[in-house]
Amino acid sequence: GWLKPVGSRSTSADEPAPRHLPSMRAVVAVKRVVDYAVKVRVKPDKSAVEIDSVKMSMNPFCEIAVEEGLRLKEKGHLKELIAVSCGPDKASETLRQALAMGADRAIHIKTTMRTDQELQPLAVAKLLAKIVEKESPNMVLLGKQAIDGDSSQTGAMLAGLMGWPQAGSASKVDVDEGKALISVAREVDSGIQEVKMPLPAVITADLRLNEPRYATLPNLMKAKKKPMEVLDATSMDVDLAPRMEVLRVEEPPARAGGKKVDSVDELLDKLKSEAKVL
Amino acid sequence: RRAAAAAAAPEPGSRAYASLLLAEHDGKALSKATLQTAAAAAQLPGASRLDVLVLGKGCGDVAKECSEIAGVGKVLVAESEQLAHPVADTTAELLLALQKQGDYKVIAGATSSLCKEALPRVAAKLDVQPVSDIISVGKEEGVFNRPMYAGNAIATVKLNDAVRVITFRPTAFEAAAKASAAAPVEPVAAETLASTGIEWVSDSEKQSDKPQLSSASRVVSGGRGLKNGENFEKVLEPLCDKMNAALGASRAAVDAGFVPNELQVGQTGKVVAPELYVAVGISGAIQHLAGMKDSKTIVAINKDPDAPIFQVADYGLVGDLFEKIPEMTAKV
Repeated sequence: GWLKPVGSRSTSADEPAPRHLPSMRAVVAVKRVVDYAVKVRVKPDKSAVEIDSVKMSMNPFCEIAVEEGLRLKEKGHLKELIAVSCGPDKASETLRQALAMGADRAIHIKTTMRTDQELQPLAVAKLLAKIVEKESPNMVLLGKQAIDGDSSQTGAMLAGLMGWPQAGSASKVDVDEGKALISVAREVDSGIQEVKMPLPAVITADLRLNEPRYATLPNLMKAKKKPMEVLDATSMDVDLAPRMEVLRVEEPPARAGGKKVDSVDELLDKLKSEAKVL
Repeated sequence: RRAAAAAAAPEPGSRAYASLLLAEHDGKALSKATLQTAAAAAQLPGASRLDVLVLGKGCGDVAKECSEIAGVGKVLVAESEQLAHPVADTTAELLLALQKQGDYKVIAGATSSLCKEALPRVAAKLDVQPVSDIISVGKEEGVFNRPMYAGNAIATVKLNDAVRVITFRPTAFEAAAKASAAAPVEPVAAETLASTGIEWVSDSEKQSDKPQLSSASRVVSGGRGLKNGENFEKVLEPLCDKMNAALGASRAAVDAGFVPNELQVGQTGKVVAPELYVAVGISGAIQHLAGMKDSKTIVAINKDPDAPIFQVADYGLVGDLFEKIPEMTAKV
């Protein structure tokens, strides 16, 4: 029964039915990151991770967010899905991928700042808030974290800036028939937590929310014709300065692994006498 | 030790400040993560007092536990219907109200489901950039180390904002000791927190009396090599029981539906650092290593001698897990 809207804080039985929102639209934020399968290397000057001539792709959690937007559209809950990315020139490729998957249009907020450590979640949340003010979507979908910065902050910060409800690490999203409430199953430390909230809201996607579709070649061709608005991050009246100074970036200490044992007996003996963990 | 000294008497010349730590609990008992984050917070240079916030409903026992943590100056207890199942918006409102009243310079928590939701929200409202998943605290105020890129890079960062909103990776810190005398416990008003309408509906049942994955001193994890969920029960669980270990899993095993997702260890699941981690039928993808490579001793059991897991394992055994695990269970 949790999918049905029951008397919530904002709607009581005496009030009229939730107003129908005919032009529901969502913004989905996507990030271009070093591909998940790449083993990154730290630059010799320890200023950052090497990202030149490294394979880049859409952050996996963002792909899931795009897919969820498309599914909500296919269910008739959304009329329009707008993909937004803050990043360098090539972030346009990531947006094209979102368009090829099925997003309707894209907004590229251009920056020359490194998006793994210079353009930080607070600034991104503020840039996204500007887009939200301009487009007035009924929801914003994001990934729960970017696999470069691993911060897990942007969605919750955007919700805070907008004063909107939020549900992070979603593994199931359902919009009720009145389109005024959204129910979300969240992946939490102890299992699954179910929450519901009025729209507009911010949702961040966990891995198990869905399986993203591939962009087919014909759809990639079609995506080239879809509109992409380009904005300059520095002209959006947002303080972009990093508040968190990155002093250095280093490789983690290497583990001296690699010792092989020949039998269960030898393993148990080593664990008892050498490692002393049994 | 250093922590307790710093909490008792800040170094002369440093600008003393108070920190507020959000406690984690299930209504009945305090989580080990809070003991670990309390120890981490006590290491903050210049911190003169550590207050711990316990929020919920009927959590007197948890508050008492908090008052007995070494280094804690005061325990604040916020109890209300609204906080019975904490959600992001009201938790953030409470933290903001307390920050304003108490002039806290640091708001801290564990890298947990609740803090990941509530603390960035607090930070946005304070217009500050939070720092997530801190693994060590620098000597200089506002300097921290945190992992990026699934733990393949460690950044040293410095926060220049006036208020620092931070989360600590619990497993990177030893649990705080017990205090010699209990800290005072004070109720705080929590009746009128502004809500954006996030409504808690339900939590899945917590299972069993077995060791919890994130706090267990031994973990046995299974991967795709287990082939199905039944084998997790038949092959791995007897070993877990015998070793008093928590059961974990790789993403592949979770995605294949062998076990529920809360057992996932990795960049996108739980980060564990037990005394002993036994990886069974797990190849050792970057994302999995991110969640367990700080374990004290790592054992890998895999039939593929070239599996990357063997590069981080202290002890590797090449062989069929369906033979080796029952043998190990019988002999351990």
